[in-house]
Amino acid sequence: MNRFLLPLGAFVALVIFLWIGLTLNPREIPSPLINKTAPAFRLPQLHESNKTISPEDLRGKVWLLNIWASWCVTCRQEHPLLVELSRKNFVPIYGLNYKDRREDGLALLKGSGNPYVMSAYDREGSAGIDWGVYGVPETFVIDKAGLVRHKFIGALTPKLIDDVLTPLVKRLNDE
Amino acid sequence: MNNKFILTLLFLWMPLAQADVAATTRDDPALEKRAMALSGHLRCLVCQNQTIADSNAELAVDLKNQVRDKLRQGQSEQEILDYMVNRYGEFVLFSPLVKSTTWLLWFGPLLLFVVGLYVLAVNLRQRRRLMQQAPTLNKEEHARAAALLSGKETKGHP
Repeated sequence: MNRFLLPLGAFVALVIFLWIGLTLNPREIPSPLINKTAPAFRLPQLHESNKTISPEDLRGKVWLLNIWASWCVTCRQEHPLLVELSRKNFVPIYGLNYKDRREDGLALLKGSGNPYVMSAYDREGSAGIDWGVYGVPETFVIDKAGLVRHKFIGALTPKLIDDVLTPLVKRLNDE
Repeated sequence: MNNKFILTLLFLWMPLAQADVAATTRDDPALEKRAMALSGHLRCLVCQNQTIADSNAELAVDLKNQVRDKLRQGQSEQEILDYMVNRYGEFVLFSPLVKSTTWLLWFGPLLLFVVGLYVLAVNLRQRRRLMQQAPTLNKEEHARAAALLSGKETKGHP
């Protein structure tokens, strides 16, 4: 009996492991920044290049940092959702225009609406590296104390906004 | 314009296209060697089974430039690895760290090998015991067995 049960058991265990492996998303790498102070930068703004923006300016409120670029197809798909979210005045969304041409970024916002209170302009992608950006779009949730509390990798979805983002922001606002 | 001229132009263009990549550390081969060696330990997060040394993805090129800049600034290899880990997590290290959560990964194969050796040893011992338990034959029986094996005796034992 053992002769058959043992290989069968091993096979079933293997199938279970492979099955779990199939449901994991290898693109989602947990960010080491969670619960750490948001990496500092001081970058020119996208709209007004003579003004700057820094995460420090936003201390004391809960805000989102959305990394985006006009060349990024998924960002364009995500864009209407961000516009919708910004209309609700639920949480301020700040943008980080990542390795983009200024005129291209501005053109996208002009054409499809601007969900951002402000966008920082990161031409070289150096702030992106500090934030551990490896695939746009990415969205960070930063709390009142300036700590990164959550990172969304890839495009936001209505489900993610309802199930994860909204309760989280509410909780952080009450902290 | 004839074709040869166009072709010549194309070939003249080729080194130019390469130039912007090489120009960064062309003047310092030792530094470039160190940068590439270190890049071989860092995972490209866009193309996860490649190191940034092997990859030409835009992020990998950026990270390689970061490695070069930091080496030029005099940072040590370990400092640069720490810098990357602080931003991208331990996953950025191409060979995982040895710690409690990765013991199975590192020593799992060894564990399987030991288990295999154990199973082999148990099996061999069992087989030896069976051999010892096997009935021994006397002369007559040996002769009959030999005859049976050679096919001369066809009748079964009574």
